[in-house]
Amino acid sequence: MRTRAGRGPAVGRAPLRLLLPAALAVAFLTLPLVALLTRTPWSQLLGRLTSQAVLQALRLSVVTSLAAVAVVTVVGVPLAWALARLDFPGRSLVRALVIVPLVLPPVVGGVALLTAFGRRGLVGAPLDTAFGLTLPYTTAAVVVAHTFVALPFFVLSVEGALRATDREFDVVAATLGASRWTTFRTVSLPLAGPGLLAGLVLAWARALGEFGATITFAGNFPGTTRTMPNAIYVELQSDPDAALVLSVILMAVSVAVLALLRDRWFDVAVQGAVRR
Amino acid sequence: MSDPFLDAHVVVRRPAHTLDVHLRAEPGEVVAVIGPNGAGKSTLVRALAGILPLSDGHVVCDGETWEEPRRGVRVEARRRRVGMVFQQGLLFPHLSALRNVAFGPRSRGESRGDAETVARDWLGRLGVGDLAERRPGQLSGGQAQRVAVARALAADPRLLLLDEPLSALDVGVAAALRLELARHLARYEGASLLITHDALDALTLATRVLVIDEGRVAQDGSPDDVARRPATDHVARLVGLNVLRGVSADTSVRLPDGSVLVTATPARGEVSASFPPSAVTLTAGEPVGSARNRWRASVTSVAPHGSSVRVHLDAVGGLIADVTPTSSARLGLVPGASVWATVKATEVSVYGGEEANR
Repeated sequence: MRTRAGRGPAVGRAPLRLLLPAALAVAFLTLPLVALLTRTPWSQLLGRLTSQAVLQALRLSVVTSLAAVAVVTVVGVPLAWALARLDFPGRSLVRALVIVPLVLPPVVGGVALLTAFGRRGLVGAPLDTAFGLTLPYTTAAVVVAHTFVALPFFVLSVEGALRATDREFDVVAATLGASRWTTFRTVSLPLAGPGLLAGLVLAWARALGEFGATITFAGNFPGTTRTMPNAIYVELQSDPDAALVLSVILMAVSVAVLALLRDRWFDVAVQGAVRR
Repeated sequence: MSDPFLDAHVVVRRPAHTLDVHLRAEPGEVVAVIGPNGAGKSTLVRALAGILPLSDGHVVCDGETWEEPRRGVRVEARRRRVGMVFQQGLLFPHLSALRNVAFGPRSRGESRGDAETVARDWLGRLGVGDLAERRPGQLSGGQAQRVAVARALAADPRLLLLDEPLSALDVGVAAALRLELARHLARYEGASLLITHDALDALTLATRVLVIDEGRVAQDGSPDDVARRPATDHVARLVGLNVLRGVSADTSVRLPDGSVLVTATPARGEVSASFPPSAVTLTAGEPVGSARNRWRASVTSVAPHGSSVRVHLDAVGGLIADVTPTSSARLGLVPGASVWATVKATEVSVYGGEEANR
């Protein structure tokens, strides 16, 4: 008789040489978080939270991460749709390109952004001479950096969700006289809703925590480009308690995201991202 | 001679097979398309709907050329006035029944209010008016398929394509919907094409039967004609139905010899009750199972039939049973042998008669 595969006593005791390293891994993952919580100056939390530097960083982070999510949605949904619904040559190449920022070290991403949009960059130089526009070291640059790292999460999540919906629904809609745009708007997108939400939350969380690309491409100026992660980096050297407070806030956000995504969307999104 | 309402020569070349079918239909005609799996039935429907491009040939409907590759003509699926009903229903799961049915009129530019009025009307005609606000997930298979038929008709199509609309339903539900579909198809002004692998559908709903085999038309004739003189083994097997006629009261059909056939479909009056040879079980001794229709019979003939064995019996005016070669050997089926034949009530389809309870 089969009990729950491999779990019951039927197949024997779990070997210590597997259990010990597993326990070690759990301890290793939780210990830093516990330490962070125990060292946080809770009595000063409220005072720290309302300090000028923290508020500024918090506000900037919220604004830039939400702006990035907006950009990600506007370009990411169409890209996900194209990847999921259109057969075009080089589709796998496009998908590979989309995934690159996922595995690229964020600092390298920042350097790459500089070479493209920097004052002497591929696109940045003509922009500068033509319109006097310079991107690096501005709040807009923060949004650009966030978008760069968050877009792949979103596209993969939404593409997975679109693929998971039956393509026959597109056929049905067409026979009922709907244009492809109408079908996308009234059928495909609503059906992919949970995946879309999961993608949004994942992208937002990724943008909120973004450090490497931001500090490389946008710098670390209070009020304009000093986001929460940047502020943590700075405060750690001057005022470790402030760094702890900021860290706890970001951690709380992460836990909240995890709790939000715990349901089926998370499975959908992760499976969508992992399946390819 | 005037041009036919639907005039199609559908040629679709695929690596695996080629479909090359001529098809004509007049308004009000219901053409059943039958043939084995892989014969190209679904390809034909999809080509007519404009989902699959033709390799050659033409499709002309109601005086409008929908497709003709040689002249570079191709009207998009959404601009052809085609209604489609799919085997799995394929109702949009996120929309209520009402909004599913309103989808077509809405897409063709009607206001939301007008579209919903049309939709309510069609839901009512299909007997599911009270389910307008339900989502597809809250509908039974039969209800969902009624909504799907309403959705296809609400878009006011010139050509109605039904791709095995009853085959995913339980026997009883399919029988009830078949009756209703017959009524709607009879009233429908455009041409209908009914894909089916069920001879009963073809014989009861269609005005003409098109038999497709290996991508070509093997037979084109009246249902009666095709049933009596099937041109392919497939159709012979398909129409090799057991059909018993009798008078039904609720779920009992009294047969001419006085015996009673129990069915799962309530009906009243003169009916035909049919069940396929494969639904007949043969046993050596008196059966002990739950099947309530049982006859003592003697074998009149035994012959191989595809991968099974076809047995003719002398019970109730002649029964056909399909059994596996193994059971044939085990039961010692030779002409003159005595056996018990049983049929489950749920395997029996009842049609004709007065309006069945819905």
